[in-house]
Amino acid sequence: MRSGTVYTETVIYSAPEAFAAEAPYQTAIVSLEEGGRVTVRIVGERVVIGDKVVEVEPRDGVGFFEKKAA
Amino acid sequence: MRPVAIIGIGKTPFGAFQDRDLRSLAVEAGEKALHNANVRPDQIESFYLGNFAGPSFAGQNHLAPYVSTALGIEGVPSTRIEAACASSGSAFFHGWAEVAAGINDVVMVVGVEKMTSQSTARVSQILAEAGDCAGEMKAGSTFASLFAMIARRHMYEYGTKKEHLAAVAVKNHANGALNPDAHMRKAITLEQAMKGKPIADPLNIYDCSLISDGAAAVILAPLERAYEFTQKPIRVLGISQASDYVALDQKADITTFPAVRLAAEKAYRMAGVTPQAIEFAEIHDCFTIAEIIAIEDLGFVKKGEGGPFSFEGNTARTGKLPVNTSGGLKSKGHPVGATGVAQLCDLALQMRCEAGERQVPRHSLGLAQNLGGSGATCVVSILGVV
Repeated sequence: MRSGTVYTETVIYSAPEAFAAEAPYQTAIVSLEEGGRVTVRIVGERVVIGDKVVEVEPRDGVGFFEKKAA
Repeated sequence: MRPVAIIGIGKTPFGAFQDRDLRSLAVEAGEKALHNANVRPDQIESFYLGNFAGPSFAGQNHLAPYVSTALGIEGVPSTRIEAACASSGSAFFHGWAEVAAGINDVVMVVGVEKMTSQSTARVSQILAEAGDCAGEMKAGSTFASLFAMIARRHMYEYGTKKEHLAAVAVKNHANGALNPDAHMRKAITLEQAMKGKPIADPLNIYDCSLISDGAAAVILAPLERAYEFTQKPIRVLGISQASDYVALDQKADITTFPAVRLAAEKAYRMAGVTPQAIEFAEIHDCFTIAEIIAIEDLGFVKKGEGGPFSFEGNTARTGKLPVNTSGGLKSKGHPVGATGVAQLCDLALQMRCEAGERQVPRHSLGLAQNLGGSGATCVVSILGVV
């Protein structure tokens, strides 16, 4: 599974139609260890810039990441 | 290239108009511009329409001739330009190019959007289509969330504070309160702006522009013919359009917009002026952080200083560089496809000393910056009095 560092993040309260039922939820742009950046969903504990995160599962082509255990 | 002038302007009020459709708004703005320029419809030689999502918002496509024929403009080229929130800035760029190149003399550019017939969640969904739908938007992003992530990183790298963002909203609402055509004519306090309903952290409702209906129009002609139509022509001194990645996560540094810097550099060079010579500006404040980054990328302040510069009042009507005397997208409103041309109309109003209570004393050289998406398109225009 992919892992990386949080480059930036936000918690979304006002969601588009397709995601309205899931709000609030956190998204982040992650700088991947393998190189490049990707926009992902964060599950579990909220993260901040600089946190290490790891992919839990890809769902419909979207990465779901969680904070890496210290 | 021939020097080009704006010879007429026209705008509808911006707001939520239940009884108005897309075409009636566009026609109202176009007819006002024709009247303002003393031009008949049969004198228009080419027509451009800036519109982002008429097909999604209003269920109508083939919009350019749909609007131009309703204005009595028949037979001539009629072209729609889509570039997200920069649609009508881009339409203006292409209309300008046609006149500058000598292809046609009298060209009309209209921008329009009819947004309020849909729910906010549906509007967010349609706006999201201006992002990367296979990537960032699939993860649940909204445009507010993209600019929220930009704000977070700008805060992290430069120490920009929530108060700095709020000060932009307070200033733009103060200006919009004096604009009879503004959507939300309401002054707000810093405390209110700090405590609005959360949208996407750190942005709240007061950091976000409005969902509006509206249209704006300008008519262009070669400068050498401008006085046939008006005593107050406004010259297009410099203009450029630039582009960048659609997906925010493809950009090396999200605290700056390369398309803004590229468009600005070319526009300044064409106009033969420096950023410091600009006397006032209409800036694309789709979100408060966007205004702060724009004044950095346009060279008005150094990178990272946009927040404190705004917070200290320098961009107020009475400051050294008045920004968004119209109220900006924040208070005037943001009917997406109308915004680029509306900014030019607002510059022209100041330059003709027709801006009423919000008139600024230095108004001979103005700049408009129109941004599409999270920075994938930018149009920068520099106008001057003749």
